[in-house]
Amino acid sequence: MKPIEIDKVQEMLQEFENKEVYVHLETTNGAYASHINERAYNVGAYIRNAKLSFSKAKIVGNGRSYRVGLKTEIGWVYAEGLSDWVINEDKQLLLAGHDREGRLMVALEISEAPFK
Amino acid sequence: MEKHVVVIYPHPDDEAFGAAGTIAKFRNEGVPVTYLCGTLGEMGRNMGTPTYANRESLPGIRKKELIKACEVLDIDLEMLGYRDKTIEFEDRKEMAANLKGYLDKIKPSLVITHYPDYAVHPDHNAFGAAAIEAVAQMNPENRPTIWAQAFSNNHLEALGAPDITNDITPFFDKKLEAILAHDSQANVSLNLQRPNEDPAMDAKERAKLRLGVEQFYTWEF
Repeated sequence: MKPIEIDKVQEMLQEFENKEVYVHLETTNGAYASHINERAYNVGAYIRNAKLSFSKAKIVGNGRSYRVGLKTEIGWVYAEGLSDWVINEDKQLLLAGHDREGRLMVALEISEAPFK
Repeated sequence: MEKHVVVIYPHPDDEAFGAAGTIAKFRNEGVPVTYLCGTLGEMGRNMGTPTYANRESLPGIRKKELIKACEVLDIDLEMLGYRDKTIEFEDRKEMAANLKGYLDKIKPSLVITHYPDYAVHPDHNAFGAAAIEAVAQMNPENRPTIWAQAFSNNHLEALGAPDITNDITPFFDKKLEAILAHDSQANVSLNLQRPNEDPAMDAKERAKLRLGVEQFYTWEF
């Protein structure tokens, strides 16, 4: 993945507007968080292959960390802390945020075909 | 001497971090070892150092690393096709039946797995429980011994001292080679400073201290 280029990502997000798409949304601090540091809490959530359609998509950020909001007919999809992006060989838009050690903290991915 | 050892863990790299020294010791004695690996670690957080994997490319990368680690350790590998982070939600009985199918075929004398409830990751706890259930379903006279691995912070006070302690120092280089085969996962885990560790200690010494002894509890039915 490479650092987010906001204009290119905005353009890609709009490519998916008003289509039926599959979304992977995830955040986690890992299964070992409270094992390694007892003052930490384990948190994580993901939804894989949520099938939805959004009418509006926007990326906002300050050059290092970005937020994405997807407006659906009856709700929203939101991710914060995104820093990297790539379009992979399956034409999926992958966005992610990593910590200092390069570990994934948050991911938002959009695809026209279901994720494997 | 063991006839055949089966290692049952859910993630690529569990075998390397958890039992590679013990595995290398068995292989050194000529004992065949098979690894039943539950998932491809699809939901791992470590994306390589510096980051080169992403959520979608990670499973393929980890599959290659797993195959390489098993080559390093000279062991057979079966990939069971479950999905990372979902093991505890699978039907325990179905999973145990699946594992028992492999055990009935391989007829091991020893099974190594995680100790349910004391192995930190929910996948470890659930897969260990399924492995133990698989062995429990076998006729007592055919049952392999089970070595269960516990490493939650409370395991000593809850379970007492493990009855199997393998000083794997003679095989430490082999263990490190197996760990490093899991390139995307190895570096962060090896290098990450934990709050209770001396920051002045060099990386290999720290790894030896963390990983130079492998301990197990013999499971009592």
